[in-house]
Amino acid sequence: MSTRRLAENQPESFEFTPENRAWLDAQIAKYPPGRQQSAVIPALWKAQKQHDYWLPQKAIEKVADILGMPYIRVLEVATFYSMFNLEPVGKYFVQLCGTTPCLLRGADAIIRVCQERIGPQRQVTGDGMFSWAEVECLGACCNAPMVQINDDYYEDLDAASFSKLLDDLAAGRPTHIGPQNGRLRSEPFGGLTSLTEFYGADGKSGPLSDMNAAHQPACPEK
Amino acid sequence: MLQDRDRIFQNLYGYGDWGLAGAKKRGAWDNTKGLLEKGGEWIIHEMKASGLRGRGGAGFPTGLKWSFMPKPDPARPSYLVVNADESEPGTCKDREIMRNDPHLLVEGCLVAGFAMGASAAYIYVRGEFIWERERLQAAVDQAYAANLIGKNNIHDYPFEVIVHHGAGAYICGEETALLESLEGKKGMPRLKPPFPANMGLYGCPTTVNNVESIAVAPTILRRGAAWFAGFGAKNNAGTKLFSISGHVNKPCNVEEAMSIPFRELIEKHAGGVRGGWDNLLAVMPGGSSVRCVPAEQIIDCPMDFDSLSKLQSGLGTAAVIVMDKSTDIIRAIARLSHFYKHESCGQCTPCREGTGWMYRVMERMVEGRAQKREIDILFDVSKQIEGHTICALGDAAAWPVQGLINHFRPVIEARIDSYTARADKDAAKIAAE
Repeated sequence: MSTRRLAENQPESFEFTPENRAWLDAQIAKYPPGRQQSAVIPALWKAQKQHDYWLPQKAIEKVADILGMPYIRVLEVATFYSMFNLEPVGKYFVQLCGTTPCLLRGADAIIRVCQERIGPQRQVTGDGMFSWAEVECLGACCNAPMVQINDDYYEDLDAASFSKLLDDLAAGRPTHIGPQNGRLRSEPFGGLTSLTEFYGADGKSGPLSDMNAAHQPACPEK
Repeated sequence: MLQDRDRIFQNLYGYGDWGLAGAKKRGAWDNTKGLLEKGGEWIIHEMKASGLRGRGGAGFPTGLKWSFMPKPDPARPSYLVVNADESEPGTCKDREIMRNDPHLLVEGCLVAGFAMGASAAYIYVRGEFIWERERLQAAVDQAYAANLIGKNNIHDYPFEVIVHHGAGAYICGEETALLESLEGKKGMPRLKPPFPANMGLYGCPTTVNNVESIAVAPTILRRGAAWFAGFGAKNNAGTKLFSISGHVNKPCNVEEAMSIPFRELIEKHAGGVRGGWDNLLAVMPGGSSVRCVPAEQIIDCPMDFDSLSKLQSGLGTAAVIVMDKSTDIIRAIARLSHFYKHESCGQCTPCREGTGWMYRVMERMVEGRAQKREIDILFDVSKQIEGHTICALGDAAAWPVQGLINHFRPVIEARIDSYTARADKDAAKIAAE
């Protein structure tokens, strides 16, 4: 368990944008009538994204009002789940996986880069660009070590590629989401050992290979 | 070696088209109606005969689980809930299914939901998998657009598929905590009974299955129970996704036949152990919640439920975490103790207090700043946690520590000796000054 509290400095008010409010109504409709409370996590998540990636008290209350829940029930949810940031984070919030599979593959080196470049955990840099935190397993263990920056996974890192990634983000240059060592997903590096009948050893030369689809971002709508 | 045509996840690495057209080319959604026409009882019988054991870690027979659902009652709907809250350290297989072969999961939801008389499937995806969730939603949207699911679909069985998500809590992978979370509450496990099959989501009959268990179902039904049961040792049937991480040359996910020997799995797909087989120290064969196995015991062990439980470990989610001799094994396990301390929901005292206590002692053991008798105390406390909590997180926190003590006690003792020797020397220096 970890203790999590609301930030000391809170904004005066919070309103969903009309688009986000419409989105939220569509989410509520996914659940049976009277079960709108099920939408509390999606609602808080949308509020957080709208509010520079952190969740103020007024947003928690707003969500409670919309879903017809007591404030305390929504506050419980906001403090229970670790993805809700209750304090401001940097424009680029680096969540670094430090759990054993990443530790074995060199997460320490990535942590050192964070400490040198960004500073202590959960402190936003002076220019507001970065903050970082060590989190628990992010479920990309075959691509360790890895970090999540805002919504995106950056995998197969080492100190050099991670430093370059921070440089690119700071300079506003485009970045390559996913593995940083040339892998597409979690296949063995340097050539397939299975499914070669369908994709060839390089993945690109088999009867089912479809490199257009393969290079589509994992999220089709963005 | 497993033939490619016998692999179920034929787009595991995403080199092909994830969408509906690509999935159909690989055999998904092929005569699904014909499967449903054979009836729910036939489906459940085939699933039992296939020998499929749940892929989420516990290994409970899937067909048997489905058969626990009561007869459909118009006044009280039934639900299928798919556990896609993949958070077990070492495990990253469901992610690949959701982003590369999502239609296998969507079709599996329909087939499984039909067999158990459910009206809807809720897929609970872990919060951090944002792109994977969007990809899965896109596949669900395609299935609705093609009228494969929904109210008046071509399969004549009204069925909804809803993608839901969490927000970063390992405990929500426990089925009743997941249901609480899906109902919009903190993810705290429920006391059982009542079991979800009687009182699950919204108080209705519910079955919770892992992504992989559901996604393999249509292929098993199409190709026959005997085909699936033909892989693996007796009572450990089928093919399985293995997530190989840690100190191997090429970490990867791969689908292999169950009961493949550890050495063959690693040599064939992961490029061998870093520094060669003599450099292997230990393996956690089923994610972070199992006891580690020393090199000499695991090298020729078949990777399946029964063989690994004979070694006091387990197949778990088949997340194979490999550690070579450069590993500080005490620190590796201490980091897991931190994980469980962080992820304990706080509901049961033995777990809430015990995981923190174990972590603090483990941290001192990493330095060697401990007494040797504390090793036995630590083991004893882990036994006080194990089996004394509502859910299995307490057990999961205890087992890695027990595995460390069982197999690597001399390493802990040597660390304590060297710390003590340093401390004594420093004390002597101070005294001399």
